[in-house]
Amino acid sequence: MEPRIPSHRSSYGLESFLERGLLLLVMLIFLEGTVLTLGAASSPDISAQDNTGGGDDQRGIEGRHGHANYTKKAFPVLSLDYRHIHVPFEISLWVLLASLMKLGFHLIPRLSSIVPESCLLIVVGLLVGGLIKLAGEEVPPVLDSNLFFLCLLPPIILDAGYFLPIRPFMENIGTILMFAVVGTLWNAFFVGGLLYAVCQIEGTYLSQVELLPCLLFGSIISAVDPVAVLAVFEEIHINELLHILVFGESLLNDAVTVVLYHLFEEYSDAGEVTPMDVVLGVICFLIVSLGGIAVGTIYGILAAFTSRFTSHTRVIEPLFVFVYSYMAYLSAEMFHLSGIMALIACGAVMRPYVEANISHKSHTTVKYFLKMWSSVSETLIFIFLGVATVAGPHAWNWTFVSVTVILCLVSRVIGVVGLTFIINKFRIVKLTTKDQFIVAYGGLRGAIAFSLGYLLDKDLFPMRTMFLTAIITEIFFTVFVQGMTIKPLVDLLAVKKKQEAKRSINEEIHTQFLDHLLTGIEDICGHYGHHHWKDKLNRFNKKYIKKCLIAGERYKEPQLIAFYHKMEFKQAIELVESGGGVKLPSAMPSQVSMQNIQPKKLPPAVAERALPQFTKGREEEIRKILRSNLQKTRQRLRSYNRHTLVADPFEDGWNDFILKKQRMIELEKKVRLMSNYLTVPAAPPDSPTMCRARLASDPNAFYNIKASSDGVPTIQVDLASPQSPDSVNMLNEFSKRGATDQGLGQREGADRDEDQGLMMKPSSNPGLMRCLSDPGPSNEDEEDEPFLP
Amino acid sequence: MGASQSARTEHEFQDLADRTGFSLEQIGNLNKRFRQLSKNEETLSRQDLASISALDNNPLRAQIINAFFDKRNLRQNEAGTVQVIGFEEFLMVMSHFRPAAMHITEEEREKLRREKLRFLFNMHDTDSDGTITLEEYRRAVEELLSKAGTIGQETAKAIADAAMLEVASTTRGKMEPDEFYEGITFENFLQKLQNESERATNLERRETERRKRRIRPWPLAILMDS
Repeated sequence: MEPRIPSHRSSYGLESFLERGLLLLVMLIFLEGTVLTLGAASSPDISAQDNTGGGDDQRGIEGRHGHANYTKKAFPVLSLDYRHIHVPFEISLWVLLASLMKLGFHLIPRLSSIVPESCLLIVVGLLVGGLIKLAGEEVPPVLDSNLFFLCLLPPIILDAGYFLPIRPFMENIGTILMFAVVGTLWNAFFVGGLLYAVCQIEGTYLSQVELLPCLLFGSIISAVDPVAVLAVFEEIHINELLHILVFGESLLNDAVTVVLYHLFEEYSDAGEVTPMDVVLGVICFLIVSLGGIAVGTIYGILAAFTSRFTSHTRVIEPLFVFVYSYMAYLSAEMFHLSGIMALIACGAVMRPYVEANISHKSHTTVKYFLKMWSSVSETLIFIFLGVATVAGPHAWNWTFVSVTVILCLVSRVIGVVGLTFIINKFRIVKLTTKDQFIVAYGGLRGAIAFSLGYLLDKDLFPMRTMFLTAIITEIFFTVFVQGMTIKPLVDLLAVKKKQEAKRSINEEIHTQFLDHLLTGIEDICGHYGHHHWKDKLNRFNKKYIKKCLIAGERYKEPQLIAFYHKMEFKQAIELVESGGGVKLPSAMPSQVSMQNIQPKKLPPAVAERALPQFTKGREEEIRKILRSNLQKTRQRLRSYNRHTLVADPFEDGWNDFILKKQRMIELEKKVRLMSNYLTVPAAPPDSPTMCRARLASDPNAFYNIKASSDGVPTIQVDLASPQSPDSVNMLNEFSKRGATDQGLGQREGADRDEDQGLMMKPSSNPGLMRCLSDPGPSNEDEEDEPFLP
Repeated sequence: MGASQSARTEHEFQDLADRTGFSLEQIGNLNKRFRQLSKNEETLSRQDLASISALDNNPLRAQIINAFFDKRNLRQNEAGTVQVIGFEEFLMVMSHFRPAAMHITEEEREKLRREKLRFLFNMHDTDSDGTITLEEYRRAVEELLSKAGTIGQETAKAIADAAMLEVASTTRGKMEPDEFYEGITFENFLQKLQNESERATNLERRETERRKRRIRPWPLAILMDS
């Protein structure tokens, strides 16, 4: 197989960028190929090196004893010892290849939009395998089943399970289960049975294939593969319903596949399956699936419980998430339960509690590590598929392979259509023909099928190589043909795409509202329906489980408030990230401001002033505070300690901001009582930065800020920073101060009215001053701005 | 005597079925429940509904009960509430939650959707002026968070403000600083919940579909959920 030189180089002209990308790819492929062959080639040298190594040892020992045969040779200044590190080196090389391929594909824009990544990766795998074979070496059995099931698959599944959208999943659980269980069973028996029938036909030379191996083959090939589905569906952005249907099916059919596989494998030498075995099989299925979920749930709860105590060792928080999940997977595999379901259950169960407990940084770490590992895993899997195709012994049989491919397609279509017909009777959002088509067409096979086939015993299944060839062909067909054409088909059929809008606060409010409303209506009807039980579960969760698993006071926080804080936090981050420009955060895209909405209860004096945009003023404040605090990170050099994280300045800044707001609110309330100063808000004793910011922007902006941020909670901030005990203390200090500083605020307010250039005295609160020691360089801008714009 | 009575109720039920769209069986079930709640009287009062123990944990309890007595939901185009309702009115309110028949036209489906969202809108618009003002919205959010203690109350205002701001931004776009946004009209409401309306109407429909059997075995219920 000759390596293909990309021929379309000339068509892109002299775009040096593109050339560089292609050159890089080609060079890398050659490089990897050569080093790998070197690695493989060094194995015959192992014996030689071994001897020398052993010989040295021996000589050393002998030398110590007798100095008998010791001949002095020159001290080796530089030596090559590849054998010593060859295993980790090769692994790293493969990972590097995978990552560079991923990089490379996105440098070539046209290609990545036409061909899905999975196809390209398989091609790269074919190339690498070809290179290795050309070099005359034996291709390493890279898609070894142990490696696949224990190392490559778990990250992908964990990523899927941790970020599984629970609500749509649970709403469609009936449909998903129907497709996963009944659909897979149907596929397995249809394909297996008809294949056997075809094999019995004269003239195909396949009559030695028994029924049970055919059924086994059917069960291997019929399972929709989560890796392939993820890889392809990620790029086409279809609507949530279809995505969760196909993806959920691919995850949940693992239990069925495991049971069928083991059942047929066990009995294939016995040659027959009795009804008793079928009953046992059904029981086994229940145990496998429910057991897997149970194992996952237990580990999930353990992880949530552990995360409750990690407030002092934030560094290792992500580790708990990963290790507990992996152990859940391994424990399930130990008992031959469904590891995938265990992993999904673990991730889904632990997520709400863990996220309430861990710090913001750990949350980001978990997210990025999961995405990173799953991405690399996926890439490696596809490359290995390519290599394994080149490597494996093949037994091509036209009839068998072509019949397999056709039957898979046919059975999938019939299965989906038939099941949808039944399911639609119970569904409210019916599945249309378009939906059915996408679900049927999205049934991709992948590496799991190949690994399961690889696991087959050569002696029991003499036609194993034929099976493997057929599996590989089917995988190639689905990934290449279906994977490449699904995107244009989705566009052609105008299937609803994923809505890009973020979840807004309105939606959250109304979702909760509707939930309660429908539960209430159910109660009035006296009917114990879906909402009733969900409500009961939520209350049980709130009352008992959250108390155990969530640290501190946060378990009391209702979901709506938690959502609101998260949203505010995100807005603040967006504000800073946008470079502090005039761009408003995305949630407030228009010029509507709080003044438009507030009822006109403002006293006339205030209304007379020119009111600037509320959002801008608030934005200025947030921006300045955050910027000043961010700058402080550079100045705040603590000694580097591997075991503690440097306190997150951003979190501190946010804490302070909220506390300042709180202070403002309290002072404002007190000032209101004195009607003279109603229009002049009392500025709290503050850092120089804040003061200048306040001066620069309109005091009424400040007034409006306070009006809208009434609701900032007094005790808890949503960032469980390591300094939360301190924050609480600071707050107490503030509230105590509130009473005493009332006079101060009043006086300052009066002064301010008269003298516009007044500089506010910084607060004598040591806690606050600790953080706000150094104003940023943006002071110049602030001083130049007029008092009233 | 008994036969003629049952014949009369049959006829009544048929009449009601045609008007509200429920099936005879569903009306029978609901009638039984009505009798149970009203202690065999002809009319249902607020106390009867309030006595349902399962509603105690619901933060929206008061609003739900009010919705039954709200004239706007009883297809009377006036504001205000009634004191007691009869079985027919009970059915009328419940009919907002019935599922759509399998084969209805797109127009009818749209009409049904509007009706359901109108019900929801009326729940928020307590002073019946056709718009949901900031105060009303605040009250709704406060009700939702009423189980959360003081923390809930303070944040409720902030949340309601943020939500109102968002609705105003998406529906009115640019506004001068002097303009005042009165509140969410029904049209805005429709627009805003365009995404949610699909789910909303479906969730509601799902409920009455299940009335055919009082209590389902729960595994079956889970399977038939979607």
